[in-house]
Amino acid sequence: MMLQTDIAVIGAGPAGANAALAAARQGFSVMLLDEQPLPGGQVWRAKSTAILDAPATPEGDAGDRLRQSVKRSSVTYAGDARVWQIEPVEGAWQLHMLKGGRTAPLRARALVIATGAREFVQPVPGWTTPGVLGLAGATALFKQELALPGKRIIVSGTGPLVFYVAAEIRRLGGEVAAVVTPNSQGDWLRVLPAMLPRPDLLMRGARWIADLMASGVPIHWRHAVTRVEGGSRVRGVGFRKLAPDWSPIGTSQGLEGDSLCLGNGLIPAVEAAQLAGVALAYHPELGGWVPRHDEDGATDVPGVFICGDSAGIRGAAAAEIHGRLAGLCAAQHLGADTRKERKQLRPIHARAARFGTTMTALSIPRAGLAQLTTEETVICRCESLTRSAIAAEIAGGARSSNAVKSGLRAGMGACGGKFCQTTVARMIAAADGRAEADVPPPTPRPPLRPVPVSVLAGDFEYSDLPIPKPAPL
Amino acid sequence: MRLVPDHSGRIRRSALVEFTFDDAPVKGHAGESLAVALIRAGHLHLRDAPEDGAPRGAFCCMGLCQECVIGIDGLAVESCREIVAPGLVVTSFRGRA
Ligand SMILES: Cc1cc2nc3c(=O)[nH]c(=O)nc-3n(C[C@H](O)[C@H](O)[C@H](O)COP(=O)(O)OP(=O)(O)OC[C@H]3O[C@@H](n4cnc5c(N)ncnc54)[C@H](O)[C@@H]3O)c2cc1C
Ligand code: FES
Repeated sequence: MMLQTDIAVIGAGPAGANAALAAARQGFSVMLLDEQPLPGGQVWRAKSTAILDAPATPEGDAGDRLRQSVKRSSVTYAGDARVWQIEPVEGAWQLHMLKGGRTAPLRARALVIATGAREFVQPVPGWTTPGVLGLAGATALFKQELALPGKRIIVSGTGPLVFYVAAEIRRLGGEVAAVVTPNSQGDWLRVLPAMLPRPDLLMRGARWIADLMASGVPIHWRHAVTRVEGGSRVRGVGFRKLAPDWSPIGTSQGLEGDSLCLGNGLIPAVEAAQLAGVALAYHPELGGWVPRHDEDGATDVPGVFICGDSAGIRGAAAAEIHGRLAGLCAAQHLGADTRKERKQLRPIHARAARFGTTMTALSIPRAGLAQLTTEETVICRCESLTRSAIAAEIAGGARSSNAVKSGLRAGMGACGGKFCQTTVARMIAAADGRAEADVPPPTPRPPLRPVPVSVLAGDFEYSDLPIPKPAPL
Repeated sequence: MRLVPDHSGRIRRSALVEFTFDDAPVKGHAGESLAVALIRAGHLHLRDAPEDGAPRGAFCCMGLCQECVIGIDGLAVESCREIVAPGLVVTSFRGRA
């Protein structure tokens, strides 16, 4: 028996879940897959079962609404399901997913990819020290576990996320040692007009910053953490003032803390789209390389649609609408007429995307930040490769991400290059004075997620899978 | 003066259960991620990096970086995606590089 569905959606964040709901309303059978237990994605990640009761938050409420909508719909949700391979088979799309320690195939007539984003962290000496967490990653800990990585936490990074993280640490009872952000107050003042259409978010952000100021938490504007001290666990950091291009200037100052949240914006997670054969285009304002797509999320590959942050970092509000557009597009591909509804959604999406890309612009690192990565800094965490080792490979003739990858194994480690490839690509571009647009990411190979060898050999129990709900008539 | 209220006193968690980490007893709330229970117990160093043997611990918290990998029943699994259960026998990948 092979699991079959009209439309398979990978990723159940605001984009994927709304794509699934929109397509199901058109009468198609839809299977929604996510490696998290419940829908919600990164922004609305569900609480773990260890949390019996907790005060409400805007993220929790929005996530609960989405989870209710999915539950009440005809969409079949498969949680804890990691998609690790995507291939065309007999005119359909065959996905392979890892669930309950086994792998199973699923065949779909159309595919919606909504795999979201991951974060970019500019490597600094000591960033591999236990107790250093990604800035976005830390929010996963807050949302899912309502837990903190330490007691006295240093928060460092770009865009609005630093202030959200600092506020959550304080809400969950922790101490924020300081906020260190490459953005200046002027950067924020300049985007205020673009934020006016979202007074709710503007007020929330203003409150986070006012709370830090009123509580005497230092905010170091136009500064960056340049090293982590402690060796086997975080004891503190060094930080420096930045020039307007974000290259470090001035003397190093010190801060004590037992944990550091560090991040510099998000990067679209494009590997699933690449596996499905979708070509990439370089859009720095959307976070870098994004799968080529039109306004509604249709790609150049027939039957493959993409939405949300995996199509470019436009934020959660835009992701919801983009998901609906892509779901309706997939329905159109299978014969429904969704043109009218999509026409109505487009301006709404464009408005939400304008706000989202303004926040993206604040988060994207400027060129000088790359100087934080010193010669001896580990860039590839999986293979412990330093900047000087990678620079030597590039000097020796490796001129593409694929070449560095095969020469040094940078990007061939357990994480599949997810946390080094952007840094490596920028080094390759800088070495030749080429544009970043000339250095595409390496070709992804399955598996998209680590798959234990024992699993590939084993048989799948179909009782491990949810029974598909019948398609609405 | 604070404008962001402290909610820590209003969070109710499931019962504490015991598991072991490299033979040391650790308490965690049933259902929470192993990574969180280990962090709370002060076990941040979960494995040694290849080549330089440097200590590593949970980093991405979303199942991508593989820095939080630990051993359960002879399988390497991500502690940020594995769940605390009573009697679990968890081993680190320290000192094996
Ligand atoms: C760690 C993190 C935290 C963030 N926190 C915030 C925040 O607090 N506030 C905010 O405004 N924005 C936040 N963002 C940005 C946020 O991702 C977007 O604004 C919004 O969530 C985008 O929605 P989406 O549906 O496109 O993607 P996401 O919400 O990221 O959803 C993508 C989903 O796809 C799933 N997935 C990916 N690959 C696979 C696979 N191979 N198999 C199965 N499932 C897969 C993931 O588990 C995830 O649930 C965060 C981003 C990250 C990476
Ligand atoms: S912390 Fe990155 S995989 Fe668990």
